[in-house]
Amino acid sequence: MMILRRKLQYLIKSAINSQKRCSTHFHYYPSTVAASEGETSRMNVFQAINNAMDIALSSDPTAIIFGEDVAFGGVFRCTIGLQDKYGKDRVFNTPLCEQGIVGFGIGAAAAGATCIAEIQFADYIYPAFDQVVNEASKYRYRSGSHFDCGKLTIRAPCGAVGHGALYHSQSVEAFFAHIPGIKVVIPRGPIQAKGLLLSCIRDNNPCVFLEPKILYRVATEHVPVKDYMLPLSKADVVVEGDNVTLVAWGTQVHVLQEVCQMAQDMLNVSCELIDLQTILPWDKQTVINSVKKTGRLLVAHEAPITSGFGAEIVSTIQKECFLNLEAPVFRVAGYDTPFPHIFEPFYIPDKWKCFDAVKKLVNF
Amino acid sequence: MLKRCLTSSSRLWFLSSKNYCTSAGNAEEDRPQFPGSRSRWTQKLQFTASTDFEGIPVYRVMNRDGTITDDKQDPNLGQATITKIYKGMTLLNTMDRVLYESQRQGRISFYMTSFGEEGTHFGSAAALNDDDLVFGQYREGGVIMWRGFKLQQAMDQCYGNEDDNAKGRQMPVHYGDKNLHFATISSPLATQLPQAVGAAYHFKRQGKGKVVICYFGEGASSEGDTHAALNFAATLECPIIFFCRNNGYAISTPTSEQYRGDGIAGRGPGYGIASVRVDGNDVMAVYNATVAARNYCVEESKPVLIEAMTYRIGHHSTSDDSTAYRSVDEVRYWHQKDHPISRLRKYMELKGWWNDDMEKEWKEDSRKQVLQTFVTGEKKLKPPLIEMFKDVYDEMPENLVKQYNELMEHLKIYKEHYPVKKFQGLSEELS
Repeated sequence: MMILRRKLQYLIKSAINSQKRCSTHFHYYPSTVAASEGETSRMNVFQAINNAMDIALSSDPTAIIFGEDVAFGGVFRCTIGLQDKYGKDRVFNTPLCEQGIVGFGIGAAAAGATCIAEIQFADYIYPAFDQVVNEASKYRYRSGSHFDCGKLTIRAPCGAVGHGALYHSQSVEAFFAHIPGIKVVIPRGPIQAKGLLLSCIRDNNPCVFLEPKILYRVATEHVPVKDYMLPLSKADVVVEGDNVTLVAWGTQVHVLQEVCQMAQDMLNVSCELIDLQTILPWDKQTVINSVKKTGRLLVAHEAPITSGFGAEIVSTIQKECFLNLEAPVFRVAGYDTPFPHIFEPFYIPDKWKCFDAVKKLVNF
Repeated sequence: MLKRCLTSSSRLWFLSSKNYCTSAGNAEEDRPQFPGSRSRWTQKLQFTASTDFEGIPVYRVMNRDGTITDDKQDPNLGQATITKIYKGMTLLNTMDRVLYESQRQGRISFYMTSFGEEGTHFGSAAALNDDDLVFGQYREGGVIMWRGFKLQQAMDQCYGNEDDNAKGRQMPVHYGDKNLHFATISSPLATQLPQAVGAAYHFKRQGKGKVVICYFGEGASSEGDTHAALNFAATLECPIIFFCRNNGYAISTPTSEQYRGDGIAGRGPGYGIASVRVDGNDVMAVYNATVAARNYCVEESKPVLIEAMTYRIGHHSTSDDSTAYRSVDEVRYWHQKDHPISRLRKYMELKGWWNDDMEKEWKEDSRKQVLQTFVTGEKKLKPPLIEMFKDVYDEMPENLVKQYNELMEHLKIYKEHYPVKKFQGLSEELS
């Protein structure tokens, strides 16, 4: 009876929310920081990224920002005001050519500049794939550390946006997770975006920083005003729980955060939610520790399931946690199709698909 | 139809003496206002063809007999520099012969000679400042040698031994040295071009007068990265010299299957880049063009394109037999009639700076140097095995530490199946 009432309450709440949400498939769960982090300011993701780049440019005179249409502020407003503040030689447009943008960034970084290159959509990063795979990632190794391009960061908006179809929705992280020598990072909100981007910019290895574009305006929270960095290769336990471990990154963390609530309310199941944050090199230990406690794991990502990064997590966990697992590891991901236009609501690994997986996991 | 005439590239306009796009009578008052071009109207429908223009001429200082044909063009490099260039070219030639043969004997895994292109290396290298940054393709060994890369270093790289500064990770002839401002070579063609532009951009911001030179072959010019680089260098106004070695072949592909325009130099003006074509077998012409290009880069903060015409006398690499696609006679012509080394030698003999005795003595000396360093390189151990895992990142991440440990555990049991004795310290570690 109690469960039924909870279920009903949940359904009413969710119906109201879904009216508000229109096209988005998730609620944004803001993060908070301790008062000891100092003064904060309300920022959405694009403002937090802008703020991080502002700090990077002011603290490092060699830092430059370049890409397609960044000079007037960028098509997502991430670079707004930066050219006026730092000059045309530090924030500038390039010709429309992704392989050129990344190649240019590698060379400038190798010569000593801190480079923040923007690829307008992650969907268009593939022309630069050769420069990332064969050049950026191997620069230090092949030269015996005589040369490196560790000061290069490539930013690219990624992920579903409601109507982006094939070429404005892709989640490209798995392609890049197979490249030794680079780091791949995805934030879930403004606080993480600022701290992780500053870490990428200052990390001594080439980084691919993927920004879930649906969060640019939707996600708002109180972000510390100070210059701060969040560690790379460190996952974040967003919700603590005992029965099932949920792993995701980017927007999908918010989908799963709602699933945690649904599982609690409807199944009385306590989920532990981990935001991986860094895809490569990833924080195995945090996930292993969690699965050893819960015995069950669900990994969810927007990208297609076959050879998605979830596969890497699953195989690692089955090896490291074989004796702790009480059910097969589940993956809920995009289907093995291109990302469609009108079918997007059916394509994405939304909360109901993830909730169903949790249900099956605990009933296994 | 109007658009066709306009988009056929405004550059050709300035090069052409033909008034092929005639303007209307009131052109001064009524000019096209399109933001994408600067030109005038025409009532005449006419396509622009590359054959409308004579090919860009080949700049030459010294003829095939080693005679300076116009004294005003003589760079007057002096006996010491000319001798240094000559010795560099011939030392590279000797090293190429020895290493080519050693590959044939299976002593190194791979090699690429520079036969016939020695003049482009030394002529351009001598024209640069030592701290100008070099990005190369793979057939520019002479440039790094001019900078001070020792024969021993080259041998160590080809053997991938413990003294190779890149720890034996890359194939032979992939040289590089930070101290000599020579960016490490990589195999993917043309990737270095946009990188070189980025480095030049940083140099411009530094304002210290440093320039970048970027070498590439005419085959690599067909890659998308070359297009990217030329366009970025022009629009971002970077002090870079693009140096194309047009040697007639990309492995087996002749230039007629590589492009149909006026070579590579013919593309430069289309990007808004000042361009020149030189005789690549004439060290002085290469030198003069590179000096002038360097000055232009520094003064104007703009890119320059040099296309050095030459001929690849050797096979593409030790994995290639070029007789499968070109005649022996063709190769013989360039080897015997138009070679950068013999031409400079003739010049030196005319000056009285060189003779047969000196040639004989230097040949013996250089051969001895090459053989000594070769044997030394061959005897050295390979780098410690941990080097396979280092430098992937600035610090070894946890997964690589684990993988190294797993490999060592494996070797403790199966070491007899691996060449452990060749690697520095490995046998001791496993015992």
